[in-house]
Amino acid sequence: MIELKHVTRRFGPTVAVDNINLTIETGEVCVLVGSSGCGKSTTLRMINRLLPHSEGEILVDGEDITTMNAEQLRLNMGYVIQGTGLFPHWTVARNIAMVPQLLKWPRDRIDARVHELMTLLDLDPATHANKYPQQLSGGQAQRVGVARALAADPNILLMDEPFGALDAITRENLQLEMLRIQKQVRKTTVFVTHDIDEALKLATRIAVMDQGRIIQHDTPENILRRPASEFVENLVGKQDRGLKLMSLRPVRQLMQAHPAPKRPEPGAEGLKEEDNLRLALSVMLWQGAEQVPVFNARGEETGVITRERLIQEGA
Amino acid sequence: MRLWLPPVLLAVLLCGLSAGMPALEPLFHWVQPDKQQVIYERESFLFLLQNHLLLVLISAAVGTLVAVAGGIFATRPSGRDFLPLVSQVASIGQTFPPVAVLALAVPVLGFGEAPILVALMLYGLLPILRNTLAGLEGISPAVKEAARGMGMSPLQVLVRAELPLAGRVILAGIRTSVTINIATAAIGSTIGARTLGDPVIAGLVNGNTAYVLQGAILIGLLALATDSLFEALERTWDRRFSPQVAV
Repeated sequence: MIELKHVTRRFGPTVAVDNINLTIETGEVCVLVGSSGCGKSTTLRMINRLLPHSEGEILVDGEDITTMNAEQLRLNMGYVIQGTGLFPHWTVARNIAMVPQLLKWPRDRIDARVHELMTLLDLDPATHANKYPQQLSGGQAQRVGVARALAADPNILLMDEPFGALDAITRENLQLEMLRIQKQVRKTTVFVTHDIDEALKLATRIAVMDQGRIIQHDTPENILRRPASEFVENLVGKQDRGLKLMSLRPVRQLMQAHPAPKRPEPGAEGLKEEDNLRLALSVMLWQGAEQVPVFNARGEETGVITRERLIQEGA
Repeated sequence: MRLWLPPVLLAVLLCGLSAGMPALEPLFHWVQPDKQQVIYERESFLFLLQNHLLLVLISAAVGTLVAVAGGIFATRPSGRDFLPLVSQVASIGQTFPPVAVLALAVPVLGFGEAPILVALMLYGLLPILRNTLAGLEGISPAVKEAARGMGMSPLQVLVRAELPLAGRVILAGIRTSVTINIATAAIGSTIGARTLGDPVIAGLVNGNTAYVLQGAILIGLLALATDSLFEALERTWDRRFSPQVAV
């Protein structure tokens, strides 16, 4: 758990972060979102003490971070940044092994961990372990960045616009990857982004920041349904809200389930249970269909979703 | 291994020529037919070479230590304030002629090896300092930020990331410095230091072109041998620390 109490940060006369209170529960993904210069990165960098805070307290698991050794604190916090910051003179495997090496793990434990993480992040150890960062694509490099952050199994993960410099398709893939990995490892995550869609997709709770203050701290659904101010309303896109709400809910919640899963007709196209309602609507519009079958992970048809129900209850 | 062949060959040639200069007497007679003595004999070439080399080595070692330490200091948070000053000194110092340093050092340190050693140290320090600053400043801020953020101490960041990444540029600075100093050390002969400049000065004073040639050839060979040694060192460094270039 991370608690920020009345935290302020000044750079000379300017106030970058203005008396904020924020509690991030264990295992949740808190996304700080806001435009450039709103203080979101500053807030993140105060949590691992890359920047000292001017006033207030920051507690990690109940302990004031100023009383801890800064390096020890950071060794227990994975840190991922936009430019990856991989060491260009180290191989992928050595980059990932950085923190375990600092913690002086035995050699074979490090090797096993590197192998495990590369597999988790969908990087083939055989082909990529001995490559250098310059030989990777942007998406692969950022996967290595995430693997490096997770290497010593820290409790906390800090991510500063990690996918900001990637193209749309790679970013989307990595976001899905994030969700998948988060389900497996359940890290307390603080994620900074200026992309509200990314925030809505990844967050358990979103903190909207503007001019160094937290305007609203709530679940993605509440941010969309009950924006606290005009600023938040504009940020989420006033008229776009319907579709954004739909993209938060999986098809599973609104489908009419069959009594028992049945074998799909050959060649039938449909949705997966975890696809969102927005996608369901899009499929219906494209196919001109009144209803679309829904399949589970094993490929069995478990239900159908109808256009009527989607329009009535989707948002 | 082919990497080290040129410096070894040049070094062998240099030593061979220093030891066997008298064998070339007929050649120098042809260059300078009007003189009785065409081979410089006041001091053996091997001794001069050794002394010359020693002067350059000591000054390079001290210069490297001071310059790298200074460059590291000026790029630390505590030394940041000095960075503009240090980098200006590094640039301006280059324009100061070495002869002027000698002229200023002699009244204080007297004649002999001491003033030339001081001049070489001061003069050789500057290219190394400039390159150390350039190398350390040239490292991507993201790399340093990530290293700190992952829990490396400032010393670990310096040793594991900054120095290996800046090393190539620093090495190039040492190469420039040593090459310049091999030439500059010869000027030491004007104030009584025993270097390969001795035959050159003697030749100039006596109008004996053969002497001048002997000194100049040896100094040139020494510079070439050293330069090719650094070339090999830089290649080795590349293989070790920036393999993406070598692959």
